[in-house]
Amino acid sequence: MAKKEESTAVETTKIDAKIPAGPLAEKWSNYKAHQKLVNPANKRRLDVIVVGTGLAGASAAASMAEMGFNVLNFCIQDSPRRAHSIAAQGGINAAKNYQNDGDSVYRLFYDTIKGGDYRAREANVYRLAEVSNGIIDQCVAQGVPFAREYGGLLDNRSFGGAQVSRTFYAKGQTGQQLLLGAYSALSRQIGKGTVKLYSRYEMLDVVVIDGRARGIIARNLVTGKVERFFAHAVVVGTGGYGNAFFLSTNAMTSNASAAVQMYKKGAYFANPAYAQIHPTCIPVHGEFQSKLTLMSESLRNDGRIWTPKSKEDAEAIRAGKKKATDLKEDERDYYLERRYPAFGNLVPRDVASRAAKERCDAGYGVGNTGLAVYLDFSAAINRLGEDVVRARYGNLFQMYEKIVDDNPYNTPMMIYPAIHYTMGGIWVDYELQTSVKGLFCIGEANFSDHGANRLGASALMQGLADGYFVLPYTIQNYLADQIQVPRMSTDLPEFADAEKSVSDKIKKLMSIQGKKSVDTIHRELGLIMWDFVGMGRNKAGLEHALEKIKEVRKEFWSNVFIPGAADNMNAELEKALRVADFIEIGELMARDALQREESCGGHFREEYQTPEGEALRNDEEFSFASCWKFNGEGEEPTLLKEALDYEFIHRQQRNYKA
Amino acid sequence: MDKTINLTLKVWRQAGPKAKGKFETYKIDNVSTDSSFLEMMDVLNEQLVAERKEPVAFDHDCREGICGMCSMYINGHPHGPDGEITTCQLHMRNFNDGQTITIEPWRSAAFPIIKDLMVDRGAYDKIIQAGGYVNVNTGGVPDGNAIPIGKDIADEAMDAASCIGCGACAAACKNGSAMLFVAAKVSQLALLPQGKVEGAHRAKAMVAKMDELGFGNCTNTGACEAECPKNVSISHIARLNREFLVAKFQD
Repeated sequence: MAKKEESTAVETTKIDAKIPAGPLAEKWSNYKAHQKLVNPANKRRLDVIVVGTGLAGASAAASMAEMGFNVLNFCIQDSPRRAHSIAAQGGINAAKNYQNDGDSVYRLFYDTIKGGDYRAREANVYRLAEVSNGIIDQCVAQGVPFAREYGGLLDNRSFGGAQVSRTFYAKGQTGQQLLLGAYSALSRQIGKGTVKLYSRYEMLDVVVIDGRARGIIARNLVTGKVERFFAHAVVVGTGGYGNAFFLSTNAMTSNASAAVQMYKKGAYFANPAYAQIHPTCIPVHGEFQSKLTLMSESLRNDGRIWTPKSKEDAEAIRAGKKKATDLKEDERDYYLERRYPAFGNLVPRDVASRAAKERCDAGYGVGNTGLAVYLDFSAAINRLGEDVVRARYGNLFQMYEKIVDDNPYNTPMMIYPAIHYTMGGIWVDYELQTSVKGLFCIGEANFSDHGANRLGASALMQGLADGYFVLPYTIQNYLADQIQVPRMSTDLPEFADAEKSVSDKIKKLMSIQGKKSVDTIHRELGLIMWDFVGMGRNKAGLEHALEKIKEVRKEFWSNVFIPGAADNMNAELEKALRVADFIEIGELMARDALQREESCGGHFREEYQTPEGEALRNDEEFSFASCWKFNGEGEEPTLLKEALDYEFIHRQQRNYKA
Repeated sequence: MDKTINLTLKVWRQAGPKAKGKFETYKIDNVSTDSSFLEMMDVLNEQLVAERKEPVAFDHDCREGICGMCSMYINGHPHGPDGEITTCQLHMRNFNDGQTITIEPWRSAAFPIIKDLMVDRGAYDKIIQAGGYVNVNTGGVPDGNAIPIGKDIADEAMDAASCIGCGACAAACKNGSAMLFVAAKVSQLALLPQGKVEGAHRAKAMVAKMDELGFGNCTNTGACEAECPKNVSISHIARLNREFLVAKFQD
């Protein structure tokens, strides 16, 4: 351990990730063998709140209810089936090695660590790879209709950042099918009365009593009533914070408010700067736009990405004088295949996104804005026939055509990167517990497994790993010590105080009666985030962003206008509460990006790159997870550092070229 | 590129479940034909907020046609005039300059109105809770490849499973029947060996719940299939009927 202290000046004293001792491959087995459990009679007496019904939330709520815990489950939509996990298209990774192409738990672990640019915890990622196979079995048992081969066995496809085919899929709707599987398991428990569902509720605060999470404050979105809920432990799986950018591939209600409230109650916020820009989204096309649509990464299996080789052709295309199909093969620059011969079009997302930006910034972009590149299926259609391409991607092609009014079977798709997923999130230890006792965080909302960049088809894997196989175990290690704690009254002062602070905040917002709509201010924040905290970041830009975000905050709290009343359904008020928190997250992202003076994964600091324009990590100084501790409104947060010890993997510059 | 149209909107406004509703007429100008229907509604709402009026309440979330949250009845069709899509995927290029568009909520006895265009579709969740699952706990299941499933069977199950639970089928049905929704789930699980075991029991439990919740009977008009944004086929209703008959024989 002395060696670590010599090489980096990292503050390690305060952060304990509680990683079990022993060899990497035995840690999780050892943990489970020695952890505390709760007996069936006691489980019935313990209440657990689960906020969110996405892959992580629904699978956790269902699994814990099956075990016998009394679960309260909250979702913001009208039904748990609508959580945004449903929109995941491409697939879910597992180390089954059904294809006999050399896959293994170790290789999935290694690819995920490398894909995350060596900024994730080894022990967590190994456990993720270890439980991945069980997820596929579980989903099959639930009746998830995964794609099959003619022999009746499960089919696989390839995804970015891997040289094996380990991605299981259900057409282009894998997230939908996995979520409906988890939803069916959850519905079964709701029917049995072991889960009480609260739909159209939004969590607005966490209640902490004597240092332990003991409940939440949530607003009934139909009646506007602010309500109190007690539980022995609180689990939050409310997704990521990509909507801080206003335009993202997230759903309209995807928000960071639960995370921000946890942060303000003492949970560290880790690595907020790590946001994933997805390379294959439909380009922005107008001011009225409300969201961006992703085209699955699976398209890169058969689609080839290119821009014109000459600037003249690019200009002609932008001016509408030439079409993509006018360009001959030798007039096209398949820049990913050129730059990364070993992985080609299947480089990880961060690499593909930056390469697209590089081409467009250099003047080779297409579309009327010049901010687009081609994703071309003509070679695949010639090789496989249109029917095969339709069978694989039909629903995605249809979606593209409906939005863009262009047929991708005949002309190449146009794509451009967009904010998609956030690797950062609430800090959790090996048990998925935050720095507040009894408060757990799962799925995209936590920071744990993807380091600085997530590989495709790994979000579904992590959400379900957390919910089915990790949290239902680890939470018992905490709850075993809570069996003597009786159910508490929500009349306790801690509940009353938390409710009052929420009600005061709502009153404040309603009383501003300014001149700007919530969306107008949100859009202003989004533009700052995209321009200065987006794909390419630098010191001056980030400092500028921090100033601008302060102005947005001031504008918001003095000039926002919310019509209607608070004690009723009020969509504008809901949005305002979320935007207030996006402003906090935006600032934290910029702050984190500023302190991290290196490039890694989705975090690209223009000052730190190799001569070839690749991300340049600085393991000497930045081999840590940055954990931000809230110090009060208007105060600067403190940066704590969890050192990332690489015991089993030798770190190197990521290389997708050879 | 960048073509715009001017529209007249007749929008159903209703303050709450028990309030009396009525159509309000709004003029909206310079709508980009590249915008989606919900983006057009956003523009309308921004306009209303600018006039310091309450915006129109409507359900929406993913805006890419998969969450099933959006639910508008547009010019007499659930999810509007274009086929195989949800309201959020409907684009304004499907409308003409000067056109009047009538926008209503789902009208179905089992889907009470919450506010304006927003309805309560909790009944669909209750039907699933009554049996729309395989009785299996987390853990202790066989390997995913232990039971081979023919590709054609898996594909057909997938087609049934593509239902997004939006409620368009019941909204389109003159009887307010939820048969297509129920059939899609029963059929998906009955096709697969994992769900086949409980097929008859499931069909009975889900149909009983559907009847209890106030959905109407199926008279095979086919309106559900025609309006389904995911093209779920009424052939699944035939499979539901078979499973249901088996259950009746077993009684």
